Amino acid sequence: MLGTTFLLALRSILRHKLRSFLTTLGIIIGVAAVVTMVTLGKATTAAVQQQIAALGTNILQVRPGQGFGRGGGGPRPPDFEPADVTAIQQQVTGVTAVAPQAQSTATAIYEGANWSTTINGTTSAYFVVQPWPLTAGRLFTPAEEGAGKAVCIIGSTVAKNLFRNVEPIGKRFRIGDISCDVIGLLSTRGQAGFGGDQDDVVIMPLKTVQRRFTGSTDVRMILVGVDQAYSTAQVTSTLTDLLRDRRHLTGGKPDDFNIFDTKQISDTLTSTTTMLTQIVAAVAGISLVVGGIGIMNIMLVSVTERTREIGIRLAIGAVASEVLMQFLVEAVVLSCLGGVIGLLIAQLVIGVLTPVMQVPWTFDPQINAFAFLISGVIGVVFGYFPARRAASLNPIDALRHE
Amino acid sequence: MVAEDSFISLRGITKVYGEGATAFQALKGVDLDVAQGDFVAVMGPSGSGKSTAMNIIGCLDVPTSGTFRFKGFPVETLDRDQRALLRRKYLGFVFQGFNLLARTSALENVELPLLYRGDPKAERRETAMNALDKVGLKEWWDHTPAELSGGQQQRVAIARALVTNPDVLLADEPTGNLDSERSVEIMELLAALNREAGITVLMVTHEPDMASFARTIVHFKDGLVDRIEQGNGAKAVTP
Ligand SMILES: Nc1ncnc2c1ncn2[C@@H]1O[C@H](COP(=O)(O)OP(=O)(O)OP(=O)(O)O)[C@@H](O)[C@H]1O
Ligand SMILES: [Mg+2]
Repeated sequence: MLGTTFLLALRSILRHKLRSFLTTLGIIIGVAAVVTMVTLGKATTAAVQQQIAALGTNILQVRPGQGFGRGGGGPRPPDFEPADVTAIQQQVTGVTAVAPQAQSTATAIYEGANWSTTINGTTSAYFVVQPWPLTAGRLFTPAEEGAGKAVCIIGSTVAKNLFRNVEPIGKRFRIGDISCDVIGLLSTRGQAGFGGDQDDVVIMPLKTVQRRFTGSTDVRMILVGVDQAYSTAQVTSTLTDLLRDRRHLTGGKPDDFNIFDTKQISDTLTSTTTMLTQIVAAVAGISLVVGGIGIMNIMLVSVTERTREIGIRLAIGAVASEVLMQFLVEAVVLSCLGGVIGLLIAQLVIGVLTPVMQVPWTFDPQINAFAFLISGVIGVVFGYFPARRAASLNPIDALRHE
Repeated sequence: MVAEDSFISLRGITKVYGEGATAFQALKGVDLDVAQGDFVAVMGPSGSGKSTAMNIIGCLDVPTSGTFRFKGFPVETLDRDQRALLRRKYLGFVFQGFNLLARTSALENVELPLLYRGDPKAERRETAMNALDKVGLKEWWDHTPAELSGGQQQRVAIARALVTNPDVLLADEPTGNLDSERSVEIMELLAALNREAGITVLMVTHEPDMASFARTIVHFKDGLVDRIEQGNGAKAVTP
């Protein structure tokens, strides 16, 4: 019985191809929109999370100044002192490692090749705070750090541009005024999303950079690794109190340093993109409902138009439930077909948009299944009313209908 | 002449259309018996209630009062779906306007009643083809109504009516839209079905020429049976 009804519905749909297509257009667009929006939204969220993860999670970056903007006039806030680093290490609970950083820029030269790059002076704690594996060589020894030896670990961009095809480990090159031995090669991290190329860097012991480049014992930035068991917010608060105290900021004086919490930023961005995805999906969902109303409209027109056909079926001996099922199944088949076409279009649009938006291509089986299910439900809901109208027709009146 | 356990028996059938001031009594107490295997032509002036009576006999409509027995079933007490099943099983319809499904092949049109009966596909095809063969349209099975002449369309409609081997074939002015030559062909087809397959045929017609094919001619007038006479069909078979 249901098989026959399905067959009848399919016949009727194929008999009116253009009308069927137009009927289901709303569903096609609705399903395509919902699936595209949700998939792209999720991909964007994932991409944002990935970019922030590249900066390292559970890390606090402490810098002098107020946030990213230089903000207002007045004298530039002082850098941190080496004693600040020791104090953080000893007095703040929940800290795994503290890596001070001194930064400079210089031009590196190796056998005629020039490359202008960033110099990052730090300690081996740097590699504890944010794991960054080496592809070759080794880290600094405590002796090298203590003596401020001219040894360096280079990023992959520097290796590529300075050494080209030469194996860099063990080579000596000039950077600024000094000669430096390459002891390690960093693995490639890629673009940070913001902050430029992370691989364009030469890492040296802190003392080396302070003596030979910056000329002071000041620390430009402090990276603080936070223990998984502690919340970054909690550590940030203790850290703020300590630094305010050490920098003699009393009463209502604002902080002259800032703490950048990557985890918090990641959470904020994730919740923002998730919320945006939900809003856009809701808007797209409305188009699905509109599509359902479109189906109801055309099905009602179709019932009127096919009154005589219904009369013939009733005269031949169709019972009311068979006519009802015929129109209901027709509506459901139609909307499900629309759903399938919508899904295919969505995959196409996603395939085109992901490279443009620079997010990874993903297939989300959940949202696809959900959108298809919804298209079926819409067929049932909006097909029922016209189907019941068809089933309740009087055979004689229906046959006489022009 | 009137059997007690008639095949079709109407007693005091009335039909009122509308209500109150606009109410119109189309049938005013019809008594009629039809024996199994009869070929009945119903005649009478326009508006005399022929179609109304046919719709009641065809179980498409219910009388306002009176009793109608079909094969012993008290039809006036049956509900909508029960009457539909009665039609499916025992009745075949031929209409003046053919009433074939548009954009649907002759074969699919004839298959339609079998679909509702739930016949399997292969069997359905074969039965429908046989029915088309009976009306001489086997070669035209894949043509849609738009590609068939009026006479051919009516023959497809007859094939559809008889594909389920009904007991009764009801035809309301089956030749009303056809020229006289085509009309005679259709009448000969109905007469042959009645004679050879034993199908009881009830037919409304305005033309005495067509009515003469029947065994019994029932005249309606003002919502009542006026008189009943014998047709030529009866003479042809009863020596
Ligand atoms: N659905 C209806 N509602 C109201 N009046 C109706 C309806 N159907 C038929 N009538 C009226 O009932 C009367 C009998 O109609 P019916 O169709 O039975 O006549 P008929 O004998 O078949 O006529 P014709 O030869 O013109 O087909 C007519 O006066 C008609 O106007
Ligand atoms: Mg009539």
